[in-house]
Amino acid sequence: MPSDEPLTAEHVLEFPGGYTRTTGPVIGRFLTELRAGRLVGVRTAEGRVLVPPLEYDPATGEPVTGEYVEVGPAGTVTASAWVAEPLATHPLDRPFAWALIKLDGADTALVHAVDAGNPKAVAAGTRVWPVWRGERSGHITDISCFAPEVSKIVSPVRSSYRLKAGGALGVFLEGIGRGVFVGGRCGGCGKVYVPYRLSCPECGILLAERTELPGTGTVTTFAINNLPDPRAPEVPFVSAYILLDGADVPMIALVGGVPAHEVRHGMRVRAEWVPENERTPSMASVRWFAPTGEPDVEL
Amino acid sequence: MAQRCAVIGVGQTHYTTKRRDVSIAGLVREAALRALEDAGLTFKDIDAVVIGKAPDLFEGVMMPEAYLADALGAAGKPMMRVHTAGSVGGSTALVAAGLIQGGVHERVLVVAYEKQSESNATWALSTHLPFSSSLVVGAGGYFAPHIREYMRRTGAPEHIGTLVAVKDRLNALKNPYAHLRIPGIDRRMVESTPMLWEPIRYLETCPSSDGACALVLSSERAATGTPAWVHGGAMRSEPIFRAGRDTVSPQAGKDCAADVYRQAGVTDPRRQIDVAEVYVPFSWYEPMWLENLGFAAEGEGWKLTESGATALDGDTPWNASGGVLSSNPIGASGLIRFAEAALQVRGTAGEHQVDGARLALGHAYGGGAQFFAMWIVGREKP
Repeated sequence: MPSDEPLTAEHVLEFPGGYTRTTGPVIGRFLTELRAGRLVGVRTAEGRVLVPPLEYDPATGEPVTGEYVEVGPAGTVTASAWVAEPLATHPLDRPFAWALIKLDGADTALVHAVDAGNPKAVAAGTRVWPVWRGERSGHITDISCFAPEVSKIVSPVRSSYRLKAGGALGVFLEGIGRGVFVGGRCGGCGKVYVPYRLSCPECGILLAERTELPGTGTVTTFAINNLPDPRAPEVPFVSAYILLDGADVPMIALVGGVPAHEVRHGMRVRAEWVPENERTPSMASVRWFAPTGEPDVEL
Repeated sequence: MAQRCAVIGVGQTHYTTKRRDVSIAGLVREAALRALEDAGLTFKDIDAVVIGKAPDLFEGVMMPEAYLADALGAAGKPMMRVHTAGSVGGSTALVAAGLIQGGVHERVLVVAYEKQSESNATWALSTHLPFSSSLVVGAGGYFAPHIREYMRRTGAPEHIGTLVAVKDRLNALKNPYAHLRIPGIDRRMVESTPMLWEPIRYLETCPSSDGACALVLSSERAATGTPAWVHGGAMRSEPIFRAGRDTVSPQAGKDCAADVYRQAGVTDPRRQIDVAEVYVPFSWYEPMWLENLGFAAEGEGWKLTESGATALDGDTPWNASGGVLSSNPIGASGLIRFAEAALQVRGTAGEHQVDGARLALGHAYGGGAQFFAMWIVGREKP
């Protein structure tokens, strides 16, 4: 075929339909057994089992016996070479290992591909099993490849819930939607809990009195997180315990508008709300807490 | 008066990141059979099985006790599961001890496990529900602010956490079951690892481990082998969102310690307890628990750590086994503390044995430091 480059041409040499190979009785038996989903070797006069079988003992040149021995199906890798970039004619389209595999009961090793996923998963001593092709024809590729033993399965578990923020959470989030933090005061101990909840964890009685807290508070303690999180704009981010003015329990919230390493115990902060038209009854309405600039509080 | 209870068998698996070679059933059996062998018994000799593990979401196996009953020889016997988050291993042993002390059973098999490699604990602890904006990422994200608050209150210098991280890993080198065995571990190595949840560095945290631990508990009448005697056991919990809760030194921990000390006749834990296995998943929790458990006065725990008193050759060794910092199959971690305490007073702790240990504390905590479980075991009968 002429090419764009002068005096250069592509040329293919391929016998139409492919060469044939007569198998002879021994290899023919091997391939016939393979088509039936079995692996056999042949016994030599000295008693060794050759897999794949030959018509002669390669060590002595003597004819083999007529005894066929079923081997495998599993075997042990004796040597391997990793193929990081498979070629079009390779048996697998993903990285694999060429390996010498000594099938159980055999005295010689067979070359085949091992689908191991990664090079660390195959080495001398690795146990491998054949993965058979769905439709077999009596060819070595009737085994599409060998693969390590099954040692793990994936077991997806998925539970789907419909969550309804009712009760106390609904009250709190309704407040968030209009830009206020709703808390509850215990009639017993007088402590103010925020977010609003139905009962006092100390006294066990209903929190009868609702109270609206300002968006200002004090950082009581915090962590500087260096692990990314989808709810934080960047790394590092500060998750802080913020004691809202008038509350008796801190809330955990994001601190922003200040470099992480400038956040301090006792720092005064104020909730920064998203614009009113973007507000929803969800904590996403509070962008973060930012410093007010007031002097720190002694804890 | 309660019946006496003894630990007569201890079994552990070698803790590691991924036990690819066993199923969950195979893992718990490995620990159980070792404990039975240690006691010279078989499943036939066991009256009841108590199993503990942390949240089902870790492996995605719901009600694993039902699946594991047969694997633990519990067919036709009482079988129950305990769950108190990270403290569960300790609570499981105490539930089983109660069955012996109450005279219900003669011999109870206790098993706790976690196979963390089946998923990811940080994922399982950070399942963010709609409407909430919780920024807590995993256990480290939760505990870091409380560690920071401890440092602020006490003025503890920053290297204390590093000292514990090194000390426990040095101990782990003497424990064949430990997961993290880092030859040449030193301060520089720990300090060179990244801050994950400041002030917690990578090597100041516990690993994720696969593993199981098992005990055989027995009445005095049915005891075999070398017993470690239970001198006291206590559990406490407290509401996590209570106003005024001290998250650095929780009241439930103090109350639990006071209860177990009273039962065991301990008035001065630092002097009377020869060795303590205390749940320290982040290195700073050693000085924090030294104070919470009364081994040091408030604000002084870090000084005890800094002095070397808690090292294997110190006067009050903590976590001779390498502790949670070196092996953390979460559900089993508390039971491992209890088991190691028993090994010490039996004199069978091997290379990390504290010479002449006669009284030992096993401790576990869980959730947001809101569940506590402790026992004291001794060489002599109580």
